[in-house]
Amino acid sequence: MSSDIDPTAGPILTARGLVKRYGHVTALDGADFDLLPGEVLAVIGDNGAGKSTLIKILTGAEQPDAGQITLDGAPVRFRNPLDARRHGIETVYQDLAVAPALDIASNLFLGREVRRRGPLGTVLRMLDKPRMRTESARHMAELRIGLRSLTQPVENLSGGQRQGVAVARAAAWGNHVLVMDEPTAALGVKESGQVLDLIRRIRDRGLPVVLISHNMPHVFEIADRIHIQRLGRRVGVVKPGDYSMAEVVSVMTGAMTLDYGEAHQPLVVDQAAASAVGIGPRGEATAPGDEG
Amino acid sequence: MSTTTVAAPDTVTQGPEAAPLWRRLLSVSTLEPLAALVLASVFFAIRTDTFFTPGNFSLIIQQVMVVGTLAIGQTLIILTAGIDLSNGAIMAFGTIVMTKLAVGGSVPPALAILIGILVCAGFGLANGLLVTRISLPPFIVTLGMLNIAFALTHIYSNEQTVSNLPRLLTVLGETFTVGATDVTYGSIVTIALFLIFAYVLGQTGWGRHVYATGNNPEAARLTGIATKRVLLSVYTVAGVIYGIAGLLLVARTSVGDPQAGQTDNLDSITAVVLGGTSLFGGRGAVLGTLIGALIVGIFRNGLQLMGVASIYQTLITGILVILAVTVDKLSRRGNR
Repeated sequence: MSSDIDPTAGPILTARGLVKRYGHVTALDGADFDLLPGEVLAVIGDNGAGKSTLIKILTGAEQPDAGQITLDGAPVRFRNPLDARRHGIETVYQDLAVAPALDIASNLFLGREVRRRGPLGTVLRMLDKPRMRTESARHMAELRIGLRSLTQPVENLSGGQRQGVAVARAAAWGNHVLVMDEPTAALGVKESGQVLDLIRRIRDRGLPVVLISHNMPHVFEIADRIHIQRLGRRVGVVKPGDYSMAEVVSVMTGAMTLDYGEAHQPLVVDQAAASAVGIGPRGEATAPGDEG
Repeated sequence: MSTTTVAAPDTVTQGPEAAPLWRRLLSVSTLEPLAALVLASVFFAIRTDTFFTPGNFSLIIQQVMVVGTLAIGQTLIILTAGIDLSNGAIMAFGTIVMTKLAVGGSVPPALAILIGILVCAGFGLANGLLVTRISLPPFIVTLGMLNIAFALTHIYSNEQTVSNLPRLLTVLGETFTVGATDVTYGSIVTIALFLIFAYVLGQTGWGRHVYATGNNPEAARLTGIATKRVLLSVYTVAGVIYGIAGLLLVARTSVGDPQAGQTDNLDSITAVVLGGTSLFGGRGAVLGTLIGALIVGIFRNGLQLMGVASIYQTLITGILVILAVTVDKLSRRGNR
């Protein structure tokens, strides 16, 4: 595949030629991936395109059969999610992975509790709750996640606030990459907007974000670049401003391929399919109503 | 496409705030059992002349000492969304091991006690291994272990009660006087264990991990908590606690009795549930269990003082348990 990466900025996280088979099903068939510093990269693809397998490999939940991953230019291997997290890659899972009965501060520090200094911590293993609460408050304030009290159990929060806690935890610990799996899938309009804002703030603080989403309006609103996955491969990376939503959907479904030779002129390979989503013979959108 | 951005939430995070001390010591789930305890005490104090006396309180504490200690281990396991039906039988086997070894003469009493506790720890470890390695349900594992420990107790003891114990095995049953009240050393051990585990569960990382593992095991695992190791440690620590409960039982009765502790498994579950710990895991507190054990003890004692036949005490205990689980279930409904 031709390079579409800005050569002046070294990518943070890359993958080359990833292959993953489950029995005789090939989920990834030589997939590539590039995440640049300080960007929100959306990963889209139809069901079965291999985007969840790609993300699982990048976050250590699965191991590839072939291919290579580099982090900051150095080859890495993630044997499990903990391994990836030690490298600063944090994931916000779709089901959020919080302990609902525990309070917000406990959830932010879950599995990474801070003990008190001195014999209280070393001998009696006492947690430094005031410090964890202070740091939690700082993280939440930095991300402007508004909560009345950090001592309330997470189950008392709204869906968007819970999402905020999960994101704050990941942002607090992830120093390289933040991966978010369908962060707005379970949320209403207002809460989705708040989460997109949150993603923007995290990006602006310098942490690149990988966003997996089915929601095209959200992808086009937030993403700096869109990685399009199809049939186990990356079929293209586009900027939201260069293509319409309908065109990107056509590429995703295979009605159209991206031709990098001509300046951003997508090539329609399946006229019927392309016209079904409102694309003309040279890639112009014909039905503007599609974008709502 | 929509380009309007939604404003950030208008509320601003306030600084960290600490709950008052009494509130932290008695979490919300502990307050209701405490109210029940106070109400029951007031009721029996009005209805009987002898209930509200130091001597009677001392008696209640002695009566709940063994079940209360067992219930500490039970609390740990129930917090992980498990259950232990085998703790009474494990404890009984531990008492037979320590008394027979000590009376046989060849083993020093201190070593006999240690071996008895280690045997109980071994049973706990076995429970934990079956739960974590083969992923068997705790109910089934501990039901099987209940029968195994029960049978071993009767085989090893030859159905004989072991008596004439060295003093070291019964010293915890001896008393000292505070004011006009006799207090056994054993009840001090029980209270100390409750305080230790209240600290461990509330103030250490391991305690946090126990709650998280019971509350949402998958989330706990994804945040990097070794949930299987947490479970294994919980079952093993519970085994050690059962061994200590065995020593307290021996001290109280001055014998090793193969028939002892047969209903203590259910009584310990009753204490945990009455103490406000959720059978669904992840919620509750060990000090609530102490209150739960005291509620059971006070009901049995007070009804006895009122001259109510003991079978009615059992009836009322049963009703209390179902009431407590119902409250737990109903209060959970709004949250899930």
